[in-house]
Amino acid sequence: MEAVHGHDHAHDHDHHHPTGVTRWLTTTNHKDIGTMYLWFSFAMFISGGLLALGIRAELFQPGLQLWRPEFFNQLTTMHGLMMVFGAIMPAFVGFANWQIPLMIGASDMAFARMNNFSFWLLPPAALLLMASFLVPGGATGAGWTLYAPLSVQQGMGMDLAIFAIHIMGASSIMGSINIITTILNMRAPGMTLMKMPLFVWTWLITAYLLIAVMPVLAGAVTMLLTDRHFGTNFFNAAGGGDPVLYQHVFWFFGHPEVYIMILPAFGIVSQIIPAFARKPLFGYSSMVYATASIAILSFIVWAHHMFVTGMPAAGQLFFMYATMLIAVPTGVKVFNWVATMWKGSMTFETPMLFSVGFLFVFTMGGFTGLILAVTPVDIQLQDTYYVVAHFHYVLVAGSLFALFAGTYFWLPKWTGNMYSETLGKLHFWCSMIFFNITFFVMHFLGLAGMPRRIPDYSQQFADFNMIASIGAFGFGLSQLIFLAAVVKCIRGGEKAPANPWEGADTLEWTHLPSPAPYHSFETPPVVK
Amino acid sequence: MITDNRRTFSKLLVIAVAMFGFGFALVPFYKKICEVTGINDLQKADVVENTQVDTSRTLVLELDANTRNELPWKFRAMESSVRVHPGQLVQVMFEVRNDSDAAVTGQAIPSYGPQVAGQYFRKLDCFCFSTQELKAREVRRMPVVFVIHPDLPKDVNTVTLSYTFFRVEGTRTGAVPTAGRPPV
Repeated sequence: MEAVHGHDHAHDHDHHHPTGVTRWLTTTNHKDIGTMYLWFSFAMFISGGLLALGIRAELFQPGLQLWRPEFFNQLTTMHGLMMVFGAIMPAFVGFANWQIPLMIGASDMAFARMNNFSFWLLPPAALLLMASFLVPGGATGAGWTLYAPLSVQQGMGMDLAIFAIHIMGASSIMGSINIITTILNMRAPGMTLMKMPLFVWTWLITAYLLIAVMPVLAGAVTMLLTDRHFGTNFFNAAGGGDPVLYQHVFWFFGHPEVYIMILPAFGIVSQIIPAFARKPLFGYSSMVYATASIAILSFIVWAHHMFVTGMPAAGQLFFMYATMLIAVPTGVKVFNWVATMWKGSMTFETPMLFSVGFLFVFTMGGFTGLILAVTPVDIQLQDTYYVVAHFHYVLVAGSLFALFAGTYFWLPKWTGNMYSETLGKLHFWCSMIFFNITFFVMHFLGLAGMPRRIPDYSQQFADFNMIASIGAFGFGLSQLIFLAAVVKCIRGGEKAPANPWEGADTLEWTHLPSPAPYHSFETPPVVK
Repeated sequence: MITDNRRTFSKLLVIAVAMFGFGFALVPFYKKICEVTGINDLQKADVVENTQVDTSRTLVLELDANTRNELPWKFRAMESSVRVHPGQLVQVMFEVRNDSDAAVTGQAIPSYGPQVAGQYFRKLDCFCFSTQELKAREVRRMPVVFVIHPDLPKDVNTVTLSYTFFRVEGTRTGAVPTAGRPPV
């Protein structure tokens, strides 16, 4: 491997950068745009988190204390929309922007101006979503899935949500086109597809998924819009439409969407675990194939979200078995990570803690998913807190923990400073403990039959709900530690060496100094 | 490399646009699947095999009639309830009156209480099999002819058959309404 030589590049290109706001508005630099994506998603994470605390505050005790039921529905809906489209997805795109060019030895993303545009579409969309709380009738309360016929009937908050989804969808599609083009056309000489770091592989597949399904969601919400205002009857039973059709179209998008939110997380974890186990990944190609299999299978399982719509038994069986089949490639991944750690000389810095935590808790979420795949069980558990517990185990403990892991892992490369290990570990343990306090008890609530999206509940659910609410506030407060750790790291701290992690071997560690210069890999490195 | 990137961009854009179209293509595809498999098809008469009338059981059949979407119609069942045996051929009558001074088209959608009873209804004839166009001030009496299959679970003693008339917008007259549970 070559010695670190990034410094000489940095100075060659130091021509007039705009400063202040203009720099951020007009930047076409992948690192700047990545940073903006990450801060944007953090802001949305905090906003969506506050809505979640609103939900948990109401559910602290049975009875109606704080909100009217309509407003409670708006809280659950907007919490979901903001976290999915505002926090998790843009955060991964932020990682893609920062890391993909660095990891494949490209100088920037393929379409730098479009990259700027796809980021700057997001704040207006977020504004539309948030402003919808202020319009007559309030924000949409149809649930993040926006099921017809409810979504056909609600006030103008629904229209704002539809436009927000259109804009975010356009942003995602442009981002994905950019990512695929960068990966396919701009890899350094010698970096064949099967030599790409797994994070790049998972993003390549995720980007294809996004291009395939975001337009379908755009179509679904367009149909909603025309049903609402232009006299079409796609979902309106009175005019010959069918509300169940909406569910089919939505989940054709919605199920690949859940893999869009988890595959890049798999990628991040697949970078971190080998680095801290000081062993190469146990089975690189099996990981690649498993990722691709999950992506392909994700297109034929959507109706497992709809087992109670009166599907024929043949349909239920097909979707049940297809869903269970996904456990196979997912199992390949989990065993791969475990086998990577096996007999490795492991150390547990914060990124590794979050990755191992991810492995534990995500796997639990995977198992509850397998339970929900069983049709007769699902019919019992549909729309209960068991489902809420399941998808928070995979989305919070899966995607979010991987995002935290990745942030701590790459912060030294991004800022040039080491983060505070004390704060990082404190953040991990607080998050892990409070996460489980919040969501573990929801399994019991769901098994006992507590329905989701209802602001009140009967007395027998009181204790577990109180525990969950306490956990939720603890989890929310723990995220301030994360903010503190990141800000502290940006402001200073121990200088990071080019490669602070003994086992990390991708290009950004081996070929670039810390922090990575503003312009990197102007001359592509040669990968042997 | 620039031309390479442009070419990749165009290809990916074509996929995105095609998938947007695919979302809409799911609509006729869905309708076709429902039609071919007979799921959700509310407008076809059932084939009734010769069933034994189970005189040992008597069900109370309650009839219910509603209108929606500011349909200017009066819609009612001629009897509010009848007593029937499973397996027996039953005919009940509904009456609908157009109170407006214009012709209006409506479509009746059935629903059943308890929901599970729906799949034991075998309808030979029903005004819900087609849209009903009523001229100004017209009054119409319409039958439903059906058999309740004797396999109806033993714990069901009262069955409600409910119809709701929806206004059919001018543009989609004759559309196939597909709503609610498959009546089979």
